[in-house]
Amino acid sequence: VTHLVASVLIDFLRAAVEAQVQVDAIGQGAIFALMAVGIGLVFGVLRLVNFAYGQLIMAGAFALAFASDKDWPVWAGIVLCFAVVLALSTAMERVVFRPLRTQSPAVMLVATFAVAFLLQSVALVLDTRDNTIGQPAASLASLNRPWVIWGTDVRKITVVAIVTAALCLVALVLFLGRTSVGLQMRAAAMDFQTARLLGVRANRVIGSAVFLSGVLAAVVAVMLTVQQPLVTSTFALKETIVVLAGVVVGGMNRLLSATLGGFAIGYASGLLGGALPTAQSQYLPSFLFGLVILILIVRPAGLFAGRRGPVERV
Amino acid sequence: MRDIRTGVQLGGPAALVLGAMALGSLASRSTEIYFINALIAVSVVVAIYVFVGNSGVVSFGHISFVAVGAWAAGVLVVPVADKPATMPYLFGPLQDAHVGNVPSLLIAAAVGCVFALVAGLPLMRLSGLAAGIATFAVLEITNNILRYYEKVGPGLNVFSSVPETTDILQAGIAALAVIVVAFAYQHSRFGRQLRATREDAAAARAVGISVYRQRLIAFGLSGGLAGLAGGLYVHLLPLNVDFVYLDLTFITLAMLVVGGMTSLWGAVVGALAVSGLDSLLAEAENGLSIAGVTIDLPAGSRLVVVGVLMAAVLIIRPGGLTGGRELSLPRSRRRGAATTEGTRS
Repeated sequence: VTHLVASVLIDFLRAAVEAQVQVDAIGQGAIFALMAVGIGLVFGVLRLVNFAYGQLIMAGAFALAFASDKDWPVWAGIVLCFAVVLALSTAMERVVFRPLRTQSPAVMLVATFAVAFLLQSVALVLDTRDNTIGQPAASLASLNRPWVIWGTDVRKITVVAIVTAALCLVALVLFLGRTSVGLQMRAAAMDFQTARLLGVRANRVIGSAVFLSGVLAAVVAVMLTVQQPLVTSTFALKETIVVLAGVVVGGMNRLLSATLGGFAIGYASGLLGGALPTAQSQYLPSFLFGLVILILIVRPAGLFAGRRGPVERV
Repeated sequence: MRDIRTGVQLGGPAALVLGAMALGSLASRSTEIYFINALIAVSVVVAIYVFVGNSGVVSFGHISFVAVGAWAAGVLVVPVADKPATMPYLFGPLQDAHVGNVPSLLIAAAVGCVFALVAGLPLMRLSGLAAGIATFAVLEITNNILRYYEKVGPGLNVFSSVPETTDILQAGIAALAVIVVAFAYQHSRFGRQLRATREDAAAARAVGISVYRQRLIAFGLSGGLAGLAGGLYVHLLPLNVDFVYLDLTFITLAMLVVGGMTSLWGAVVGALAVSGLDSLLAEAENGLSIAGVTIDLPAGSRLVVVGVLMAAVLIIRPGGLTGGRELSLPRSRRRGAATTEGTRS
């Protein structure tokens, strides 16, 4: 048995260091990091884990599929995607999160779970009206073609994902660090009550956080539809569950650690997906979530959560 | 007076189950299945309640105990002669093993309990968000392994040639048994200690309660009850691994939340109310006519309505339909909640 485990491990490591696997894993990590930021931003101000985040992305993907079905130009599809996702995330905040703001975390968690399944079942009803499951969103499909660099297939979308993620993160850091609303959001994430006493408007801060996380969801929707052009009602569901686990594993209390957690789990799942032998690759979720449990037991506060010192939460 | 109050707390849920059993046995064959489903749902939701309600820790993982219960019972009751055809890759000992209906249910409960205890050993150290995500991870892993590991079951295929023995009587008796166990637990010292940790973990620790041990006991117990419900499911219909996954997790959590997370009464009311509504909507999806008006809902709108209901209940009544309180006689309220043990103040 030891011999078998060792040989599997060696095969895995040999496959994992290949440039192809690494590039794909980093690309997946970049997209997951963006989703982690979207979840982490809302958690910072609301202390709410948004299970329905994936359904925002799914809605955006349906908007893109709708636009490509109607033969709209690509930019119009992307505009529609942003409009739908932002409207939906704002509505979600107004109708569900705002009334529940004072409730216990358990109630809020279950509430977002309910919203997630509500949106998913709405999508299923809309999706299956024409008796086909899934709509293709083909607008940006050309990005799926690879560039060959030193014998490695680098799909254009991988580069786009990494660059977009980097740009979004820089913009976000500037926003949080240099603007008044950003400062207020950081203050609210640190201590909501005190921030309110000092004149931070709760609704405005929460509204901006929800808006920003909606923008990120729309960006992710555009990029995910390039990789998986068939949009179904469970679009982005698996990814969201994995990212949620990653965010908690990274550490929810700071945006940075949450983002790193999202990147790490995307990278790990890309690595496992690319390097596991075929016989084991169907057990990828088990490996991934086993790792999640393991890390949570060792570091329940989060892998990247700072141990001591001044805590900056957003 | 206290005895009456305690009796009402057990009698109320039990009476509801008996009522559902009576209605179900009067109903036609095609309607009876809805009642059987509702009664099994009571078992699942009460099982989840034993842990979630008493500990205050949300678990998304209980359906994995239902799943292993279903797998254990399903693999063991299929006649030995049918196994090579339906489950060709089973482990040797499992291929030759065969038990009857009732033993298979007991084994399902035992397997669910052991699995929950083993999973709980590390997981119960966690609380809050980390616990929620970790239980979700258990669900994902269980689903993934049952889906592809064909040495322990049919993999992606449905459980065929399982004798369909779950009827209204079995489902009802099981629901009653689960309710009695849950009631006995929450009135035992273990249950009370766990409820103390729910209200204030620090204070509970200060009086010498081990949060970890109490949560583990409840987790194991509720895993056993959930396993039993899984056994009932596999005897009811040919199910596959997707049946015991996210949709069932959602609908059972919805039942618990709609009823009221912190009381046995809430769990039973929620399970029966949502099941009833769900059955009505399922009929409506096939075209239902009430008093000459035909309602024909598009397929899948069932979950939409349940989702709206769950969100609405959370927003309007965060405590659920019962407010998370046990059933009490109208007069006993006057004596003040402070003396009513076992109810949530």
